[in-house]
Amino acid sequence: MDMSNLGLLLALLGAVSAALFAGIGSAYGVGLAGRAGAGAITENPDLFSKVLILQLLPGTQGIYGLLVAFVTLVQTGLLGGGAETMDTATGLMYFVACLPIAIVGLISAIYQGQTSVAAINVVTKKPDQFGKAMLFPAMVETYAILALLISILAVFSL
Amino acid sequence: MAVLQMQKIHICALKSDRKKILEELQRRGTVQIEDGKGEDEIFRKIDTGAERAESEKKSQAAQDALQVLGRYAPEKKGLLSSLEGKRELTASQYREGEESCARTDETVRRVLSLDRTIAEEHAARIRTETTIESLKPWLGLDVPMNYAGTSRTAAFVGTMPGQWKEEDILAAVAEAAPQLEAFSIEILGRDKDQTSLFAVCAKEEAGQLEDALRMNGFVRPQIHTDQTPAAYTADLEKEAEEHEKAAEAAVKELQALAGDRRDIEFAADYHSMQAEKYQVLGEMLQSEHVFFAEGYIPKQAGASLKADLEKKFVCEAELSEVPEDEEAPVLLHNNAFSAPTEGVVESFGLPAKGEVDPTGIMAFFYYFLFGLMLGDAAYGLIMVIGCAFALKKYPHMGSGVKKMLQMFLYCGISTTFWGVMFGSYFGDAVTVISETFFHRTVTIPALWFEPLDDPMKLLMFSFLFGIIHLFTGLGVKGYMLLKARQVMDFFCSVVLWYMLLIGLILMLLPSEMFASMAGATFVFPGWLSELAKWMAIIGAVGIVLMSARDKKNIAVRLALGAYDLYGASSWLSDVLSYSRLLALGLATGVIASVINTMASMLGDGIISAIGFTLIFLVGHTLNIAINLLGAYVHTNRLQFVEFFGKFYEGGGKGFRPFSAEKNKYFKFKEEN
Repeated sequence: MDMSNLGLLLALLGAVSAALFAGIGSAYGVGLAGRAGAGAITENPDLFSKVLILQLLPGTQGIYGLLVAFVTLVQTGLLGGGAETMDTATGLMYFVACLPIAIVGLISAIYQGQTSVAAINVVTKKPDQFGKAMLFPAMVETYAILALLISILAVFSL
Repeated sequence: MAVLQMQKIHICALKSDRKKILEELQRRGTVQIEDGKGEDEIFRKIDTGAERAESEKKSQAAQDALQVLGRYAPEKKGLLSSLEGKRELTASQYREGEESCARTDETVRRVLSLDRTIAEEHAARIRTETTIESLKPWLGLDVPMNYAGTSRTAAFVGTMPGQWKEEDILAAVAEAAPQLEAFSIEILGRDKDQTSLFAVCAKEEAGQLEDALRMNGFVRPQIHTDQTPAAYTADLEKEAEEHEKAAEAAVKELQALAGDRRDIEFAADYHSMQAEKYQVLGEMLQSEHVFFAEGYIPKQAGASLKADLEKKFVCEAELSEVPEDEEAPVLLHNNAFSAPTEGVVESFGLPAKGEVDPTGIMAFFYYFLFGLMLGDAAYGLIMVIGCAFALKKYPHMGSGVKKMLQMFLYCGISTTFWGVMFGSYFGDAVTVISETFFHRTVTIPALWFEPLDDPMKLLMFSFLFGIIHLFTGLGVKGYMLLKARQVMDFFCSVVLWYMLLIGLILMLLPSEMFASMAGATFVFPGWLSELAKWMAIIGAVGIVLMSARDKKNIAVRLALGAYDLYGASSWLSDVLSYSRLLALGLATGVIASVINTMASMLGDGIISAIGFTLIFLVGHTLNIAINLLGAYVHTNRLQFVEFFGKFYEGGGKGFRPFSAEKNKYFKFKEEN
C-alpha cells in the first residue's frame, strides 16, 4: 500500500468512526425505546405522539456523528474535491478529533435509550407528566452534546 | 406574568333550585366546588354514588355505541380533523338534546344489541358451516344418518380410524367374528384420518358385527339427524344463509342509525356531565330544604356570578378572601404573547403559594432560544405558515392544541429571524441550486455571521445568552424574596451571588485564556480589574459567612457556607450547558447542507432537477422533523433545569372548575 496516503486514510477513518459508532448507538437506543413504545401504544393509542418523541430522543447521537463526519470530509477535501495528500500527523489529528462523538455518541445513545424506556413507562402510567419524563433522557443527551462540541471545535481548528 | 387571584364563594339556596343552579355553575365553569366540611344534625351530605355510577355507565354505553357505529359506518375524516375541536351548543340546543336524551339512550341500547346480534349470527353461521363440512364424508349415504336397519336387518353408520379398503375390513371382521356370514360393508368415503362406512347384517347377528367393528375402532358419527346427509346439508345451507341475512340486516339497521351519531355523542357528554354533577352534589351540605356549596372562583368572575345567581334564583351568594392557611388553586393568566407557553410551565408544575408565575419572562427566552437552536429562515417560515393556517382553518380547536400551535408560531418567527441573521435558507440551498443549475454563484449573505465560519464566536455568544438567562432567573428569585419582605435572604442568596459571579466574569474576560479561546481581547482599566477582584472576594466571603446564618455552631455555619460556595461550580456547568445552542444550531445547518450536496450530485438537466426536488423534499422534511424535536426538547431542558433551577419549584394545584370542560364532543357557546 502506498503509505503517502496514510494521512488521508486516517482522516477518513475518523469521519467514518464518528458516523459508524454514534449511528450504532442511536440505532440501538431508538430500537430499545421503540419496543417499549410499541407496548405502550397497545395499551393506550392516544399516547402515540408523546411516546414517539421519547423514542426519537436517543436518535440525535447518530445525527451528531453524521455532522462530525460530514464536517471532517469537507475539511479534508474528501468531499467536494481537492483531496490530494495529507501527512500522517494531520490525518491522525483528524482521527483523534472524531473520537469524542464516536465513543460518547455510542455509549450515551445506549443509556439514553434505556432512560427513554423508563420515561415511556412514566408516560403510560401518568400521561400528564410528559414534561418531566422527557427531561430524564434529555439529561443523558447533554454529554453527547458536549462531545459533539469538542469534536466539531477540534475539526474546525485543524 | 400572573396567577389569577382567587376568592372563596359560598352559595346558599333552596333545594328546589338545586338542579338549575348546578347546571348554571357547570355551564359557566368558573367555580371549583370544594368538599363541604362541618356536617351536623341538620346539614348533611347525601350519598350520590349510585346515581353517579348510573350516569357513568350510560356515558360509557354511548361511547361504546359510537365505536360500534365507527366500525360499521365509518365517518369520513380529514387528516387534520383532530384539530376541529368540539361542537358549540347554545343553551337552547342543549335543552333540546336533554329532552331527547331518553330516546337517544334507547338508540344506544339498540346499537349495542345490534352489535351483539351481528356477533351471534356470525358465530351461528360459522357453527353451521362447520357441520356442513363434517357432513361431506357422508354425502354418499342415501339413508338417514341414524338409520338402524329394516325389520330383518340391522345397519351401522360410522367411521373407523385410518384408511381402510373394503377387503381389509372384511378380513378384520372375519377374524374377530368367524361365525358371522350374512353381512355387507360399503365404504362411503375416505380421508387421511378415517374411513366412513355403512354396514348391514341380519338383525339377530347385529351384536356380533358391532363388536367386531368396534374392536377395530368403529364409532358412530357425532351428527344426529333423521334426514339423509344430502337433505340435511341442503337444510343447513339454507340456515347458514338465514344467519348471514340476519347479520346483514343488523348491519343495515346500524348504518341507518349512524344518522343519530350526533345525538349519541351528545348523550355521551351529557351523561358524563351528569356524573360530575352528582359528584359535586355529594360534596355539598344539605338540609331538608336548603343546600350549601362553597368553592373557589377567580376574582374577576366572582361579582357577576353572584349577581346573576341572586337575580335568577332565591339564593344568597357570598364572596370572601381565601383564608391565609388555605392554598388556593392556581389559574394562570397571561397576555397573548406569553400565554402560549403556559402549557410548558404547567408540564413542569404550577406556581406554589408565594411563587410568581414564570410564564411571562420565560416566554421571551423560550422563543429566543428555540429560534437560535433551529436557526433556519425557510424552516421558520414553514412553521409560521403551517401553524397560522391550522389556527385560521380550525378556530374551534381545543385550547391546549391552540396554545401549542401559537407557541410554535412564535418559535417559527424567532427561527426565521435567526435564519436571516445566520444566512441559512434550507441550509445553503440558494448557493447549491444556483451553482448546479445556473452555473453562477449566488449567496444570500448572513445579516450577522455564518456559524460554520466561526463556531467559536457563536459558542461565546451562546454562553453570553446563557448567563443573561441565568441571571434573569436569579433576579426573579430576588424579586420573590423582596416581595415576601425577606430582605436578609435577598441580600445573602441573591446580591452576594451576583457580586461573586459578576466579579469572576470580569476577572476572566481580560485573561489570556479567554483571549485565546474567543479570539478577542478585552483590556480593562486598572480600577475595573481591582473592582472585579474585590467584588468576587466580598461575594465569596459573604456567602461562606452568611448562607448558613441560622446555625448557632460557628464551625457548622462556616462548613455549610463553604459548601454553598462550592455551588459556584454548578453555575459553571449551567453556563456550559448552553453550548447546546451552538451544537443544535450547527446540526440543522450542516444536515441541510448534506441534503443539498446529495441532491446536487445528480448534476444539471431536467431529470436531475426532478431527482433534486425529490431528495430535497424528503431530506428537508426529515431534517425539520428531527431538529424541531431537538429544539423543543432542549429549549424545555434549558428552561426547566437551568432557568427554573435558579428560582422556581412549582407544586401548586391547578384550578379544576366544575364545568363541561371534560366533554369530548361539545362545549357551550359563550352567551354572556
